[in-house]
Amino acid sequence: MNDHVSRRGFFVAAVAAAGAVLQDSASVGRVYDPGRAGRALPPVTAVDNDAAFQRIEKRIRCSCGCGLDVYTCRTTDFNCTYSPAMHKEVLRLAATGKTAQQITDEFVAQYGEQALMSPPRRGFNLAGYFVPSVVVLIAGILLFLRLRRWTRDVQVGSPTVDGVPPPNASAAELERLRQELDRLPG
Amino acid sequence: MTLLGHLSLWLAFLVGLWGAVTGFVGGAQGRADLQQSARHATFALFAALVVAVVSLEVAIFRHDFSLEYVAAYTSRNLPTFYLWSALYAGQKGSLLFWATVLSLFAVLAQLLTSRRHRVYLPYVAGVTCLVATFFISVMLFAANPFQRLAFAPLDGSGMNPQLQNPGMVFHPPMLYLGYISITIPFAFAIAALLSKQLDTEWLTAIRKWTLVSWLFLSIGLLIGMWWAYVELGWGGYWAWDPVENAALLPWLVMTAFLHSVMIQEKRGMLKKWNLGLIIGAWLLSIFGTFLTRSGVIASVHSFTQSPVGWFFGGFLLLAAVASFALYAIRLPLLATEARLESMVSREASFFFNNLLLIGLAFSVLWGTLFPILSEWVRGVKITYGPATFNFVNIPLGLVLLLLTGIGPLIAWRRASLPNLRRQFAVPVTSGVFMLLILLVAGMRDLGPLLAISIGAFVFATVIQEFARGARARHRQYGEPIAFAVVQLLTRNRRRYGGYIVHIAIVLLFVAFAGMAFKTETQATLRPGDSVTLKSPYGHLYTFTHLGISQYNALNREVTAALVEVRRDGKQIGRLRTEKRQHVDALGRPTFEPSTAVGIRSDLREDLYVVLGGLVNGTEEAVYRFTINPLVWWVWFGGFVLVIGGLIVLWPGGGSAPGARGRTQRAQAGYTVKLEARP
Repeated sequence: MNDHVSRRGFFVAAVAAAGAVLQDSASVGRVYDPGRAGRALPPVTAVDNDAAFQRIEKRIRCSCGCGLDVYTCRTTDFNCTYSPAMHKEVLRLAATGKTAQQITDEFVAQYGEQALMSPPRRGFNLAGYFVPSVVVLIAGILLFLRLRRWTRDVQVGSPTVDGVPPPNASAAELERLRQELDRLPG
Repeated sequence: MTLLGHLSLWLAFLVGLWGAVTGFVGGAQGRADLQQSARHATFALFAALVVAVVSLEVAIFRHDFSLEYVAAYTSRNLPTFYLWSALYAGQKGSLLFWATVLSLFAVLAQLLTSRRHRVYLPYVAGVTCLVATFFISVMLFAANPFQRLAFAPLDGSGMNPQLQNPGMVFHPPMLYLGYISITIPFAFAIAALLSKQLDTEWLTAIRKWTLVSWLFLSIGLLIGMWWAYVELGWGGYWAWDPVENAALLPWLVMTAFLHSVMIQEKRGMLKKWNLGLIIGAWLLSIFGTFLTRSGVIASVHSFTQSPVGWFFGGFLLLAAVASFALYAIRLPLLATEARLESMVSREASFFFNNLLLIGLAFSVLWGTLFPILSEWVRGVKITYGPATFNFVNIPLGLVLLLLTGIGPLIAWRRASLPNLRRQFAVPVTSGVFMLLILLVAGMRDLGPLLAISIGAFVFATVIQEFARGARARHRQYGEPIAFAVVQLLTRNRRRYGGYIVHIAIVLLFVAFAGMAFKTETQATLRPGDSVTLKSPYGHLYTFTHLGISQYNALNREVTAALVEVRRDGKQIGRLRTEKRQHVDALGRPTFEPSTAVGIRSDLREDLYVVLGGLVNGTEEAVYRFTINPLVWWVWFGGFVLVIGGLIVLWPGGGSAPGARGRTQRAQAGYTVKLEARP
């Protein structure tokens, strides 16, 4: 019985599919000159939009020389033949059960470290990530110390500022002056 | 005409050499005849180069394909608009354009410099002639735009389709104008070093020039971003490409200079630093040219790899050694006149602002060159992609944005605690309030969260400055508030124009943050099929494929796809995206098909539709749909930045001479002198 239902179901599905194909062929006409529209593309599938695959492909550099990642290249430069091939390779590796890290490792093994859009954070590459911040930090500390020394020099060693003699006023008067000036805008 | 152009180049070369020699010797020996000759040499140089440019343009417009340059970058059916831009579409023509604009600036420097700065002019003529001569020599010996072919083809190869965009007509000249005009401040810096006239006079002479350079660089960068966005089809406007970075580097250094120069003018400090910045900015402009033209780093923007790059490499090295050697010799003459009085002062904040701007420039340079460094050190090529650049530069950029707000709140010389409290209360409250709103709204991405909150803080500082200034004028002179704001802008353009630039920077940062919320999807659609995409604001967009049409237009065969767009079920318009196959006058394809993007822009978000291609030559189309939040604000921010820059640059704005009352009136609301008096 089950067998019978199954056969009938298959038959119905096959007829429906054939009908759909015939209907589709009829509804989607050919354009006047397909050659003008560039390379013919395969239809987009669900995996093409899969966020997990996109994340992997955004970590891998397209080898066509565009400087873009595989995902951006295959969805931007539709003349490129490298990025669609690399996309297929990602899907193939994923189908074999490899994790995201293992997939990127495969690309590194094949193309070298430059296959990654960002260098791995280890060894000499750490310099690429942290040297600018460390340099700015050290320069900031040195600048702070230098400025502090300058301000001390002015307070202790220099009796004048810009050649103007010190004001002949008490500390209280100076503070009052400062408060008055602070009340002014600017 | 071709022969005339070639001869003009040789003439320009000889005149440039003469101008360089007479400029330096005349300046050093104080000989008026040589100084005059150098001045005249700049005029003659300009005239000779204009003849060369006209000769090339005539050849381009006459479709003289016996010229290699004309055959390589134009075709008979290239629209007239792009025939003009063909002058700088290729390596050789752009070198001619560069040298000509430089000679124009050299002439303007001679004509527009005021009498009191005349002492620098012979050296300025010498430096500008020398640099122009270098560019001419590159053309004559390595990249001659007047080089002839053995035979003239029937039609040229045409212009790269990506360059056939209005953005590309204006982007390169603007960027070049920025790059090239840096030579004038550099020439004045070298003149100051050679003449030992190292007081702040040379700074006064170059202030407008530095602003002009900065403004052109800003416009060039912005148009470049716009071009990348509308033309390249990847949905972004900044990719940290080496050539983009090369243009950003001098911009950052010039921005640092425009801040630090105020300290030298007001306090006589940072003389060495400012000279170093100007020399550095110019060297970076040559470095950018070297990067673009050498092929040393792969870039989508660069010219074809050629030996020209090594000319620039050598010139860069020589110029750097000569400039910094002269700088080192003159260091004893660059003593600081004043000292810092307090760590809590505007001067100190400017020091840190400069540190961060130069730190950012270093960081961008580091990232750009790190792949080469890695190859040298480890023998391993790596990619330093946008994610790495963002990781390194976003924190630095956010701290810089914070300082943009802090600087104007702190008084010159020394700020007191009550003053700080009064100045910071409203801006800090605004920033914190914005942070809380965003957190309550569910935003959790740290970068955008900080960018928008700090942006609110900076925005509040600027509004507060305008409000206080306007209120003071209102109190003192009874001016209506709106009029008082206009008065502030017109009377102290430098300060308030600068604040408008700060607002622009806030707008740009917030707009950049918006891209963190970009959403996209790909779909294959048959006519009548739809796909939906949810925007970060919660709107549901429905894109319906209406069909494909094909037609011929100008110099291309077009395949256009039409998409109907609905927002939350309501139709809001149609977008057209195209595939373009460019052809020559004989109908032969000239380049691979390119893509024209369909964009619908509003204040909140951009809808960005790209036709990828067709399935098996049918009307079934492959699309990419992207929603890019806040992109409109990038262009608006850029517009505000240019307006702010123009306000700063606009002549006048000071007090009328001799009118003391008017001077005081003009200063009301923005000047408080904290000088101690006996």
